[in-house]
Amino acid sequence: MQGPDTTLQVSVWRGRADGGFQRYAVPREGSQTVLDIVTWIQRRLDPSLAYRFACRVGMCGSCAMTVNGVARWTCRTHVETVVQDDRLEIAPLANLPIVRDLVTDMREFFDKWARARGQFKPTATRHDDFAQVRPDSPARQAVDAAIECIGCAVCYAACDVVAWNPDYLGPAALNRAWTLQRDTRDGAHAERLAAVAGDAGCHACHTHASCTERCPKHLSPTGSIAGLKRATTLAVLKGEL
Amino acid sequence: MLAIFLPLHFLALSQALIGEGALDAFLAWTQQPLLKASEIALVFLLAAHLTGGLRLLVIEFVGWHSEAQKAMLAAAGGVAAFCALLFALNLV
Amino acid sequence: MSARAEARAWVAQRVSAAVLAVCVAVHLATMILAVHGGLSAAAILGRTRGSVAWATFYGLFVVAVAIHAPLGLRTVAAEWLGWRGRAANLVWCAVGILLLGLGARAVAAVAL
Repeated sequence: MQGPDTTLQVSVWRGRADGGFQRYAVPREGSQTVLDIVTWIQRRLDPSLAYRFACRVGMCGSCAMTVNGVARWTCRTHVETVVQDDRLEIAPLANLPIVRDLVTDMREFFDKWARARGQFKPTATRHDDFAQVRPDSPARQAVDAAIECIGCAVCYAACDVVAWNPDYLGPAALNRAWTLQRDTRDGAHAERLAAVAGDAGCHACHTHASCTERCPKHLSPTGSIAGLKRATTLAVLKGEL
Repeated sequence: MLAIFLPLHFLALSQALIGEGALDAFLAWTQQPLLKASEIALVFLLAAHLTGGLRLLVIEFVGWHSEAQKAMLAAAGGVAAFCALLFALNLV
Repeated sequence: MSARAEARAWVAQRVSAAVLAVCVAVHLATMILAVHGGLSAAAILGRTRGSVAWATFYGLFVVAVAIHAPLGLRTVAAEWLGWRGRAANLVWCAVGILLLGLGARAVAAVAL
């Protein structure tokens, strides 16, 4: 089935939002990843193809694209797991403005991160003693379960609510907000809860769990967002929100 | 769909304000096959909405345990179908 | 609506959902059992007329629905029709009041 004779028909998105798919014929090799395919096209067939990548080894998240309709890391996606009848379709990440070809504008993704107050607010100074955070405490375990996010935007691209609600902060921003809410050293808990509540925040999540399904780091933004829902509910009932 | 059904449901029951006869007349009208079929579909959708909602309440307030949740979703669908079936059997 | 008001609306949605879960289950079970011998006004009214228990049950049912349905529709309209903002919120409020009114009338019709 594999071998130098087999050719893949690869449709790649070219242009901006009003662009279209262009077909390329790429020789199939063993152990080929989708990123290999894109690189081959750019080097051998069409140097004008724009795409992002960095580490090539599944650590940085830069190479995220839509492969056969699903948001994935292309360096971690082997062709044999996604190819259908020797055909592949590669498009830029969904739910984000297209800069050109396979490159998306990530600004709104990170702007929403900031709007969700996804930044740590320190409470101690260098004159204070070290913070004591037990790694086995429930709060720290909740943080640890969600902290490994590297901001690749696969969850954002996979999320139905992001597609339906332009203001929705999205799974990554809310996931990060949750890790900070459970961080005992952070001093912005009340403001952050206000920032993540409402129709643009955690309450818009429909628990479809596409984010959890697609996260390449196997995180669960769904679980984090559920945590935020509980926290905001408690705050509402206590009259704090 | 429920949203459209409900006001009609309430209006129908309010027929009793006029008298038993009026309510009976309306009930007789609902025996038509098309309405019966819609009723069954409605009950199924309502049951699915209910079980899906319960799933949400568990995930949101009890917590997330991935694999178990997927099983729950399947169970939810099953229960909904079962209820609708019961309803259908009693009608036909 | 402010984020705080939206959060409160969400909590109301979930609480009314929990109430409805019970009410709907009871209602469905009752209907399945009741429709067994055929449906008639006499059968319905025989069960509900003059019953404080049924009146209370259905009264609670109506209130929960009047909260749950408009809020749910508001979300669906916002996501699928892009209908958001003050005007939309007022309309859904009105729908809730309408359901409350019609429902109360229906409960009165069968229970009094």
